[in-house]
Amino acid sequence: MEVLLFGIARDIVGCSSLDLSSYRDKPQSVGELINLLNDDYPEFKKLSSLAVAVNGEYASMEGLLEQKDEIAIIPPVSGG
Amino acid sequence: MEKPIIEIVESIDTTKVYDELSDAKSGGICVFVGTVRDFTNTQAVISLEFEAYESMALKEMAKIVDQAAAQWPLNKVVIRHAVGLKKVQEPVVVIGVSTAHRDACFAACRYMIDTLKETVPIWKKEMFKNKSVWVSAHP
Repeated sequence: MEVLLFGIARDIVGCSSLDLSSYRDKPQSVGELINLLNDDYPEFKKLSSLAVAVNGEYASMEGLLEQKDEIAIIPPVSGG
Repeated sequence: MEKPIIEIVESIDTTKVYDELSDAKSGGICVFVGTVRDFTNTQAVISLEFEAYESMALKEMAKIVDQAAAQWPLNKVVIRHAVGLKKVQEPVVVIGVSTAHRDACFAACRYMIDTLKETVPIWKKEMFKNKSVWVSAHP
């Protein structure tokens, strides 16, 4: 299970994607993934907001994660 | 509405947009061009670096066009964002719309740039002399 990282999320983790397959307790939901990030990389807690996209769509905290999903961490956007 | 032009590009040519929006049924064309400003508060900006989650950004941009088209009668639409390093004064985003009457034109253009800033997964980093900052990342 690979998680794409953009913007400040990439800077916090130090690479452009995070492989969760080595984690013993893989996150089952978006909320669990956010909790995992906050625990492993406390800098995430300082951000204005943190969203997750699953297969290119914003996902709710309850949204479930499947092995084949394209998962991305969306820190506060700042286009324009 | 004709098929909208929705793009993420390396550099923006602002001279193209008039021809892209020009349309016999339209009485007006409204274009917003977002550009790199030289100062943020009191700090001199050297450049901005833009990054996109491209596949999702294009989907979100298409949703914005659909939402605008549901609210106003639009004839042609351009929504184009640049990625990469942009220097002061360079264009970074172009939003354009042509409509029969001007009220819809202004309103739709405003709606599209305001919503793009809120929902489209694109990020910018401001480069100052001695540091760089991801915009809006922290409260």
